[in-house]
Amino acid sequence: MPASPPAEEPALHVEELDVTYGRALSALRSVSLTVPHGGVVALLGANGAGKSTLLRAVSGTLRLHRGAITGGRIRYGDTALDGRDPVAAVRAGVVQVPEGRRVFAGLTVDENLRSGGLGLGRRSPALVRAGRERVFAFFPRLAERTHQAAGLLSGGEQQMLAIGRALMAAPRLLLLDEPSLGLAPLMVHRIAEVVREINAQGTAVLLVEQNAGMALSLADHAHVLEVGEVRLSGPAGELARTDAVRRLYLGEETGTDRPSDAGQGVA
Amino acid sequence: MTGLLDNLLNGLALGSVYALVALGFVVIFKASGVLNFAHGSLLLLGGYLTAVWHDDLGFAGALALAVLVTAAVAGALDRLLLQRGEPDPHAAHVQTIVTIGIDIVLVTDLARRIGGDLLSLGDPWGDSVRDLGPVTVADSRLAAVVVSAVVIGAVFALFRFTAWGLSLRAAAEDVEAAALMGVRLSRVRALAWCLAGALAALAAVFLVAFPAPGLERTTGQIALKAFPAAILGGMTSPAGALAGSMLIGLTEALVAGYQSELHVLGEGFGDVAPYAVMVLVLLVRPTGLFGTKGAARV
Repeated sequence: MPASPPAEEPALHVEELDVTYGRALSALRSVSLTVPHGGVVALLGANGAGKSTLLRAVSGTLRLHRGAITGGRIRYGDTALDGRDPVAAVRAGVVQVPEGRRVFAGLTVDENLRSGGLGLGRRSPALVRAGRERVFAFFPRLAERTHQAAGLLSGGEQQMLAIGRALMAAPRLLLLDEPSLGLAPLMVHRIAEVVREINAQGTAVLLVEQNAGMALSLADHAHVLEVGEVRLSGPAGELARTDAVRRLYLGEETGTDRPSDAGQGVA
Repeated sequence: MTGLLDNLLNGLALGSVYALVALGFVVIFKASGVLNFAHGSLLLLGGYLTAVWHDDLGFAGALALAVLVTAAVAGALDRLLLQRGEPDPHAAHVQTIVTIGIDIVLVTDLARRIGGDLLSLGDPWGDSVRDLGPVTVADSRLAAVVVSAVVIGAVFALFRFTAWGLSLRAAAEDVEAAALMGVRLSRVRALAWCLAGALAALAAVFLVAFPAPGLERTTGQIALKAFPAAILGGMTSPAGALAGSMLIGLTEALVAGYQSELHVLGEGFGDVAPYAVMVLVLLVRPTGLFGTKGAARV
C-alpha cells in the first residue's frame, strides 16, 4: 500500500466529456461520472458503447487511437487529466489494466511486474520488493512462475499478471477494462474476489464490464453507456433491479430470478 | 589448416564489427519500428569526425567525442525529424522513408567533405601484427574482437537490467500497454537512436582500420552488410543480430579466403555472399534465426 494518505481524499471526476476519433467519429457525448475515493463504480454497455474510450480518455492513451477530447474535463483530485500523457495519470495514481490483458508476452512474469513500476521513475529496491510481495499475496500462482514467459501463462494467469503489473504502480484508482473477458466462470469469480480485496485495501476501482452480473455485484454505483451517452446511472443494487438492465445486460427474461453466474451481456 | 584458422579469425573480427552495426539496426527497429536506412551515413559521420579530430585530440579523445556527437545527431534526428506531431504507432513506414532522405543528405555532404581522400583515423594499432600460436593476426582485428565483445556485453546488460532496457522491450511488445505503465515512449526511442549512433561511430573505427586502407566516402555502404545480419537474426532480437553478424562475417572471410577455389562463382563473390546467406536462411526460417513470433497461449 502507498504509505502516504493524501490530505484530501481524491476522487475521479469526469465532467461533460466529449471524445472524437479521427476528428469525425463522435464516441462519447457529454459523459459525466464520479468515482469517489475508495469506491467501486461499474460502467456497463455493449460493444462500441464507448466504455473503453472513456478509460482511454482518463489514462491518456486516446492519442494512440487517433482520438481526442473535444469537450469537458477530467480531474483526479487536484490533477487535471484531460489532454495529458499516460505518465501523468500513472504519476497521479490512476493506472489502467487494458482490455484483453495485454501482458508483455516475450517478457518473463518478473519483468512484466517490474514494468508496472516504470512510470514512477527510480524507486528503492525495498519498495519494489514490497510491491511484488503484495502482488504475490493476491496471486500466489504468479510467484511460482516468475521466470516463465508471460505469453505461456493461461488466460486467467495472464489476467492476474495484468492486474498485478498495474498494482506495482501502487495505484489509488484502478481502471479495469473487461477483466472477465474470455475467462472461465471459476476464474471470473476469483478475479471478482481479488478486485473486492484490492478495493478493501483502499484502492478505488472503475470497472468496465460486459459481464454485468459480476460488475453489479462488485460496484456501489453503476452507469450504463449506450452509443456514447450515459443512459442509466444509479446505485448498483437498484440498477440491477431495473427491467432494462436485467433484460439487456444480465441476459434474463424479465420477471425471472437472476442466475448466480450471470452470462455475457447481450449487445 | 593455418589458412582456415586465419580465415575464421578474420571472420570473427569482421562479424564482431558488423554486430555493432547490426545491433544498432535492431535497437532502432525495436524502439521505433523504423528500418534506419541512414545508418550507413551515421557510421560515416562517426568515422569522419574521428578522422578530423584525432590530430588535435588524440585518437581516444577524438573517438570519444565522435561517438558522443554521432549519438547526439542520431537522437536529434529521431526527436526532431521523425517523431513529429502526434505520437502515432502507424507512422513507422513513413519514418523509414524519411531515413532514406536523411541518408542522402548526410552522405552527400560528407562525401563532399571527404572527396577522393583516404582518411586515417589515427588508431594506435597501425599495421602491426602478432603471432597467436599458428596464426598471425592484425592487432586492429584483435582490438575489434575485444572491444566489440565488451561493448556488446554492456549493451545486453543495458537491455536486461536497466529501466530503459525494460521500457524498450516492453514497448516493442506492446506500445499501448507500455504507455499505460507510464513508459515515456519518445524518450525511450530517442535514447535507442543515440545508442545506435554511438555503436555505428565505434564500428567505423574498426571498419577502416588495417587491413582496410582508411576512411573513404563509400565506407558507409559497409553498413549494408550488417543489414542482412540484422534480418538474419530476426530484426527484433539482439542475440539474433549477434549470431547473424558472426555468420555474415565468417561467410565473407571464408569466401574471400578461398576465392581461388570458388572461381566458378566469379570475382567478388565475397560482396554478394552476405545476401546469399540471408536468402538461404530466410528460405528455411522465414522469421530469421531468433525471430519467432513469440509462443503465446491465448
